[in-house]
Amino acid sequence: MDRLKLNTELYKSLYLIRKSEEKIRKHYFDDEMKTPVHLSVGEEAIAAGVIHALRKQDQFFGTYRSHGIYLARTGETDKFFAELHGKGSGLARGKAGSMHLCAPEQGFLGASAIVGSIIPVGIGAAFANKYTKSDKIVAVFFGDGATDEGVFWESINAACLWKLPILFVCEDNKLAVFTKDKDRQGYKSLNEIVSKFEINTFQEETTDVEKIYDIASVAIKSIKETGKPSFLILKYYRYLEHVGVNEDFDAGYRSKKEFKKWYEKDPIKIQRKKLLNLGVNELEIKKIENAIDKKIISSYKKAQKADFPDSCELEDEVFG
Amino acid sequence: MKKISYCEAINEALIQEMERDENVFVYGIGVPDHKRIFGSTKNLLEKFGKNRCLDTPLSEDALTGMALGAAINGLRPVLVHARIDFLLLTVNQLANMVSSYRYASAGKEKVPLVIRAIIGRGWGQSCQHSKSMQSIFAHIPGLKVVMPTTPKDVKGLLISSIRDDNPVIFLEHRWLYYAEDEVPEKSYSIPIGKANIVKPGKDLTIIATSWMVVEALRAAEVLEKQGIKVEIVDPRSLTPFDEKTITESVNKTGHCIVADFDWIHCGFSAEIAARVSNKCFKNLKTPVERIGFAFTPCPSSRPLEDCFYPNAVDLIRSVEKKLNLEKIDVSNEMFYSYERKFKGPF
Repeated sequence: MDRLKLNTELYKSLYLIRKSEEKIRKHYFDDEMKTPVHLSVGEEAIAAGVIHALRKQDQFFGTYRSHGIYLARTGETDKFFAELHGKGSGLARGKAGSMHLCAPEQGFLGASAIVGSIIPVGIGAAFANKYTKSDKIVAVFFGDGATDEGVFWESINAACLWKLPILFVCEDNKLAVFTKDKDRQGYKSLNEIVSKFEINTFQEETTDVEKIYDIASVAIKSIKETGKPSFLILKYYRYLEHVGVNEDFDAGYRSKKEFKKWYEKDPIKIQRKKLLNLGVNELEIKKIENAIDKKIISSYKKAQKADFPDSCELEDEVFG
Repeated sequence: MKKISYCEAINEALIQEMERDENVFVYGIGVPDHKRIFGSTKNLLEKFGKNRCLDTPLSEDALTGMALGAAINGLRPVLVHARIDFLLLTVNQLANMVSSYRYASAGKEKVPLVIRAIIGRGWGQSCQHSKSMQSIFAHIPGLKVVMPTTPKDVKGLLISSIRDDNPVIFLEHRWLYYAEDEVPEKSYSIPIGKANIVKPGKDLTIIATSWMVVEALRAAEVLEKQGIKVEIVDPRSLTPFDEKTITESVNKTGHCIVADFDWIHCGFSAEIAARVSNKCFKNLKTPVERIGFAFTPCPSSRPLEDCFYPNAVDLIRSVEKKLNLEKIDVSNEMFYSYERKFKGPF
C-alpha cells in the first residue's frame, strides 16, 4: 500500500475510535448505556497500528479495553453502539456489553474482563491454526497489568515451546487500574525477561501510528521468518480513569503535567498533521472526518431507537 | 460381546473419535508418558503422533484457556487431568471464560471441548488427591457435567461429549477403571442428560453417582435377601439433569436416598433432594435422606478413610430406618475392599 493511502486509512481508524469514544463520554450520564466502559483514549495508535498491520485473515483477541481494536478492524458502529445500549440489534444481542466484544467473522475472536485470562485463549487459537496448517496468525492484546498474572508466564512458555504463530501485544500504560508498575514488579525490564524465551521481542514508545504499524509489521513478519512467536511492547498514556468516562488527575496517583506532555504528541493530532504534510488538504481531511461524524451520529440514534432483546432470549445460547 | 474394563472403554472411545475426526486431539500433563493416564491414553501417541497426543508444561490454567481458543477456532480438544484436585487450578478459565464464551457471543462462537478428570481415592490419597467436586462445576451455567459409572456408559458418553458443541467436564472414578462389562466394540453414543435405571425396584429409590452406584448395587443385593427391592438410578450427567426419570422413580417408590460421591453440605445431593421434594412431595412417605462424605478434608490413614467415605452398609442401615426394618446381620456379607484391586500408589 502506498504511504499516503496507508496513512489515510490509519487516520480514519484513529478518528473513528476517538470520536466514537467521545460520543460515549458525551452521553454516558444519560444512563442509556448501562455497561462499564474502559476507554482507549490516548491508546488509539496501538489499536489502529497493530490491527492494520495484521492481514484480513489474521485473528486477534482483546481485553475489556477493546473498543479500539473492534472499530479498527470492522469500521462498523451500528452494532457497536447497539451493544453498548444492550439492544437486540447489538453485536451480541445485548449479552456482551462493552467488555466482551467479538466479531469472529472478521477475526476478532473475543475479549475478557478478567486480566490476563484471554492470553491462553490466544495460544489455543494459534495452536489450532498451526494444527490445521492455516497461514493465519493470532494477535493477543493485554495490558502490562496482565504480566503480573501467572497465566501470562504459562502462556509465553507454552507458545515458545510449541513455536506458535502468535503476536503478543503488551499495551503498557504502567498502570494496573491505579497501581504503578514500580509498585507491582520485582524486576526492571519486562522486555529483557521475555527476551530470554525463544521469542522475537520488540518495543517502542511512540504515539505515531505509522511507526506502530511498521514495528508491528516487522514483528508479524518475524513470526513467519523465524518460526517463533513475537512479543511487542508498546507504551502509551491512558488519558482517562481506569473505568468510566472521566479524567482523574485530581485522584492523586498521577499528575496532569504528565498528561500534558503526552497530549502534545496526541496520536490523532500528529496523524492529522502528517496527512497535511503528505499533501492531503484540509478540505479532504474535513470530508473524511465529516463522514465519520455522520456515521457515529446515525449509529447512535439507531441504537437509541432499537428494541431491547425479548425477555425470552435470556436462556438462548447457554448451550448450543 | 467382548468384556473390557472402564479404562479400556475410555481408550477405545478416544481412539475411535480420533480416527473419525482429525480435529480431535488429546493433551495434558503426562498424557503420552509411559503411564498413559493409568492406561486410558494408551496407543494414542503411536497411532496419531505427537501433534495429536501432547505432553504439556505444568500449566493447568493456560492449558484450559488453550482448549477454549482451540475449540472456537475449529478443533475438538480433550484435556486430561490425572486428578480433579489439579483441575481446581483452572476454575477461573472454567467459570469466567469457557462457560460463558458462547453466551457472550450470542452463539457466534461454539466451544466443543472435553475436560477429563479423575477422582482419586484410597491408599492414603489424603486431602489433595481425592476430591470429587462435581457440584462446583454443575453450579455453573454453560458447563455440562458427566459422571459415568459403567464401562458401557463411559465409552458412549465420552463419544457424545467429544461430539458435543459445548464444554463438558467428564469425571472418572479411579476405582471404576477396573470395572469390567460387555461393551460394544463399534463406536456408539449415549445421549448426555439421560439418567439410567441401573436396577429396577419398587420399595425405595437410591439415586447414586459414580462409585456410590457400586455401593448401592451391593446394598441392594443384601436387601434383596430380605425381600426388599431397591430401585437404583444413576443420573450419569449432572448438567443437563434428567429430573423426569428420577422423580418418576421416587413417585413410584415413595422413598428416596441420595448417595452422592461427594460432600453432602451444598452438594449435588442437595439439588436432587430439593427437586425430589418439590416434584414428589405428595408421594413421599419419608423425608429424602442424603449420604456422602464426612464434612472434613479427606484423611490419609485407612481407618479414618473408612469413616470418611460412605459405603453399602451405610446404605443398608439407612434403608432399614426408612422402611422400619429390623437390623440386618451383615457379618457374613462381603463388601468392597480396595486392596483387592487397587494397590496404589496413585
